[in-house]
Amino acid sequence: MKSANFAYIRATSLDHALSTLANTEDAIVLAGGQSLVAALNLRLQVPELVVDINHVPGLDQIEIGDDEVRIGPLVRHAQLMASDEATKALPLIGKALPHVAHPAIRNRGTTCGSLAYGDPAAEMPACAVALGATLVLASTDGTREVAAREFFEGLYETQRAPHEMLIEARFPVAPKGARPVFDEVAARRGDFATLGLAGQIHVDSGVIAAFDLVAFGSEPAPLLLENVADIALGKAPNPGLITDLSQAVADQVHPMESPLATPQMRRRQYRALAERCLHAAMEFADV
Amino acid sequence: MLLKPCARWPMNKLVSKAVGAPMPRESARLLVEGRGSYVDDIALPGMLHIAFVRAPFAHGRILCIETADALQMPGVVAAIDGKELAEICAPFDTNPPGVPGHASAPQPPLAIEESCFQGETVVAVVAESRAAAEDAAELVFVDWEELPAACSIAEAQSDSAAAVHSSFDNNLSLHHRFGAEDVSDAFENAAHVVEESFAFGRQTGVTLEPRGIIAHWDPRAEELEVWQSHQVPWQMREVYAAQLGLSPQSIRVVAPDVGGAFGLKLHAYADELAAVAVSKRLGRPIKYIVDRLESFTSDAHAREAKATCRMAVDSEGHILGIDAVVDSGFGAYAMHPRGSFGEAMQAAQMIGAPYKVGAFRAEVRGWRQNKAPSGAYRGVGQPIACAITEDMIDLAARAVGIDPAEMRRINYRSTLDEGTRATQSGLVIEELSLDACLAKLMEAMDYKTLRAGQAALRENGIYRGIGFASFVELTGVGAGLYGPLGLPLAANESCRLTLQPDGSLTCATSVTDQGQGTLSALGQLIAGEFDIAPNMVRMISGDTGRTPYGGGAWASRGMALGGEAARRACVRMRDGLFEVAAGVLQCEPSALAFDNGEIIGLKGPSGLTLAEMGALCHYRPYDIPTGQVPPMTIEESFLPLNLPYITSNGVHAVHLEVDSELGTVELLDYWVVDDCGTVVNPLLVDEQLRGGIVQGIGAALYEECVYSEDGQFTNGTLADYVVPMAGEMPAIHVDHITTPTRASGLGAKGVGEAGTVGAPGAVRTAINDALSPLAARVAKQPFTTRRILEAVMAAENLE
Amino acid sequence: MSEDTIRFTLNGRDVSVPATTRGHLGDLLRHEFGETGTHIGCEHGVCGACNVVMDGVVVRSCLTLAVQVDGAEIETIEHLGSDHDVAALQNAFVARNAFQCGYCTPGMIMTARELLAGNTAPRREEIRDAISGNLCRCTGYQAIVEAISDAAETLREMADE
Repeated sequence: MKSANFAYIRATSLDHALSTLANTEDAIVLAGGQSLVAALNLRLQVPELVVDINHVPGLDQIEIGDDEVRIGPLVRHAQLMASDEATKALPLIGKALPHVAHPAIRNRGTTCGSLAYGDPAAEMPACAVALGATLVLASTDGTREVAAREFFEGLYETQRAPHEMLIEARFPVAPKGARPVFDEVAARRGDFATLGLAGQIHVDSGVIAAFDLVAFGSEPAPLLLENVADIALGKAPNPGLITDLSQAVADQVHPMESPLATPQMRRRQYRALAERCLHAAMEFADV
Repeated sequence: MLLKPCARWPMNKLVSKAVGAPMPRESARLLVEGRGSYVDDIALPGMLHIAFVRAPFAHGRILCIETADALQMPGVVAAIDGKELAEICAPFDTNPPGVPGHASAPQPPLAIEESCFQGETVVAVVAESRAAAEDAAELVFVDWEELPAACSIAEAQSDSAAAVHSSFDNNLSLHHRFGAEDVSDAFENAAHVVEESFAFGRQTGVTLEPRGIIAHWDPRAEELEVWQSHQVPWQMREVYAAQLGLSPQSIRVVAPDVGGAFGLKLHAYADELAAVAVSKRLGRPIKYIVDRLESFTSDAHAREAKATCRMAVDSEGHILGIDAVVDSGFGAYAMHPRGSFGEAMQAAQMIGAPYKVGAFRAEVRGWRQNKAPSGAYRGVGQPIACAITEDMIDLAARAVGIDPAEMRRINYRSTLDEGTRATQSGLVIEELSLDACLAKLMEAMDYKTLRAGQAALRENGIYRGIGFASFVELTGVGAGLYGPLGLPLAANESCRLTLQPDGSLTCATSVTDQGQGTLSALGQLIAGEFDIAPNMVRMISGDTGRTPYGGGAWASRGMALGGEAARRACVRMRDGLFEVAAGVLQCEPSALAFDNGEIIGLKGPSGLTLAEMGALCHYRPYDIPTGQVPPMTIEESFLPLNLPYITSNGVHAVHLEVDSELGTVELLDYWVVDDCGTVVNPLLVDEQLRGGIVQGIGAALYEECVYSEDGQFTNGTLADYVVPMAGEMPAIHVDHITTPTRASGLGAKGVGEAGTVGAPGAVRTAINDALSPLAARVAKQPFTTRRILEAVMAAENLE
Repeated sequence: MSEDTIRFTLNGRDVSVPATTRGHLGDLLRHEFGETGTHIGCEHGVCGACNVVMDGVVVRSCLTLAVQVDGAEIETIEHLGSDHDVAALQNAFVARNAFQCGYCTPGMIMTARELLAGNTAPRREEIRDAISGNLCRCTGYQAIVEAISDAAETLREMADE
């Protein structure tokens, strides 16, 4: 199980990386490599060229502004998890990151890499969609911003073109009082989720002012549950509402057929998972 | 340390002072420091590497093979197909003459014309590196004709089934019955009859170190040296001699450090035989390390079975009869050399083993399938028999209306009926201590409190379950089984003990150690016999060039058989030394004892240390008053004469919670009380039990080789084939009852499989206990989220 | 990195090796430098047997390309015995019999060392969580958890003195 042969370039600057991507038919960016190198070893990926961006200066920055947190393409999961400022500004990310694989993987794996890869069972894409993050794509033609809610198109399919690189993820800072909603079902700790919910709820003056909830793991791409928000907005949190919302989650998902569970089972699991994480989130929000 | 006066102990009943001490494995410290030597750590000059082209279909005919493109690749030395290798290497013929009705097709090291499972080896590409060999293997062209296949047991059984191998017209590979022909009387007179169908998913051992081999045929000396990650080097020497037509004496097989084995490394594999044959063909050292993807599709699989069982009980819960049918999935070929029937036979024969069962009948059938061959995996059939038995006991207890623990207690078998040697299924069982184990277990788990808590939580929709599994484990299985089957396998274990001139001891043993710690425990036992530090005993193992002939490691034999051989060698060695010392000290040998490595006489310390004795016997034999130099090397071999195997027993219990909405299981607590006879080192024994239990939990909750309908292995990575990790495993409380076996002076039984045998049954009964208020049951292992939800949702739909 | 050579620090020594772009760090350490204490269990990042320390943090060597280590500092089990934390862990693993075949142990100790560096008194639950990316197929994990807990205690006592 040894990788096929490929060429390797260590990019010295962002421009170098982008021009290399532009000039090579079949090049792939190596950041954390925690999915890529496994795929190389398994010969599931046989690229002509690997462009290593790990030594490009300045790509590992977390910028915390008043309105948004900007995460550079070499920011490792562990680095983000260790940043109290970042997880305070983005409590959902703080709650989700411990579910991302294991310490050794988080030490290398990057948040942007996880977003760019678009694994349907990964936590970070779900968080990005829930929080309405903006993803910045760069190529030799310039940069463009894509809403995370538009970015994920299907199983490992995103709006990123092969010659583009995801150079930044911009997450809106959580409004004061906003609560994270996160839980998932996985066979073992750190495994990819078979299904999960990621979201943020904001209760203001006793009523739900904002509620964004995403289902992931069972869907080809993170699914924003818009109808759930419609039901919730303007209402005061109470057990009856949680039951209604949980049922709405189960009704709205479109789980893929899987050897692990039928869509009907997934809906049942979603309803139960939603009950639990909404109870947990709203109990706090009430105070 | 208290000196035990020798005179109090008959010579043949010496009890080691070290027995029972929880001594750390200092001799294995090098493993913790990364200084182990596993097969892939070894490199020989001029060594080449193999990558195999493997069959992509469950069943296929090879029309032609073209290797020209592969041979053009840089670093490639050869690309060898089955026809070429057949010139120097015979196919495995695995048809033990003593197994009635057993039939398996010959299995060549590389498929010739026909391949019968996805992953079967077809072409060996040999190159200067594994990567280069893999590159070239991609360029080998094989023209295939896909043939109809039979993959599941149900498919293999059907009248219209495709033949798994073209040399047969059906797929039945074994058909046997244990017990009576007719048990209907027992059922007609029963107060209750319970019945259930069972299914067990295919598993594989998943050793963390994959299989691996280095073969070096030296054409000048005409000698073959093999380093192999394996449990039984002596067996492999005979296998290579037979397949390659060599004298066994020209072959040396070495098993260096082995990174886990669990039965998986007990077999002879086609790919490893191919590596040896390629070395002979090319006259170069060949390394072949099985990668993780290959290991899933080509390591021995196990456990796949379907069964039905009926149990008749009287109004008080006494078992009146058992009637069972077990269908076992063998895979494409019988695993060489021991066959694939062992699991099926034990799965049927050991149903009900811990209990007095009244009438007994069990029919067993083994089916060829277009899947990887099945073979031994820790417990061999016993986990299946235990799970069936324990689930039936719970069903019967519910029918009768008595507590499941009480149901077990009133039915336990303690000894065989007077005048008999065998159970109705033909098992020969020593006395058991299940009553004592259960009593201790119930106290440890505080059973009544757990049951009260369970009832209270059910009111709140929280479903907790308590499950029991009583087991009997056959250990030290050997010659009594293999001899009559006609298998050329040594099953005795041997010890060659040498007193060195410096007073240290060398123990060369046929027992091998894949992490169990057997060698450390043997060293501890020997050191105890002379009252010396364990580091004064040098252990040698796993090398046919350096150890006495014998078995190796399987069926929990290391201490039960190898320990007794070592103990006997120590006694003889000591007798010889005491004869000498008695002459020097002018006393009776029976008055002597060892203390701190020195012989103690009537007047206390004699100055005759082991070092002095070594020097005396080796260098100054003329100073020995009797003139008789005792042998400085003693060899002892042990196999119980009157028993085909030894029997351990014990009881497991688990407390768990089933989430009926998510379909998940949380393990809350786990207890086991085990009786493996004399415990030489509890530190080793307890974690051996825990490790076995965790593998059994893996079987119950996670592990399954999932094949598609057309015979493709669908989950063959470590990400997809789920094994237990630390996060989900419970605390496991271990305790012991000690009933030494009468088969040996040491009294040790075996413990290697006890955990794996009982855990699946305990988890199964606990889940079904948890689901009982929902009127739901699970029957197909593993009890995945999907299967639990299927059961719960089906029960809801019935309401 | 020069075109044809990978230079890095391996266990405190400056080393170099001709650059081959393919292949992972685990194979490089084992087969080019004979540091065979790092074990290969799956080559797809699940088992943790190949964990090594790269620039101060634990990484999967099978998920790190050999060429990536040019300029990096790599530490492996063979030379970490002089490290207090590792020595304490190794002693505790032996004392508790927290290993059987030993194949997972070097990777397990790498993970445990990093845990203890950031958490001097981890609870059993935190230990289990930290090592949940390291497969041990032999033990029941319990002895490993206890050994790591013991090592933490030893290190706390050493720090107090």
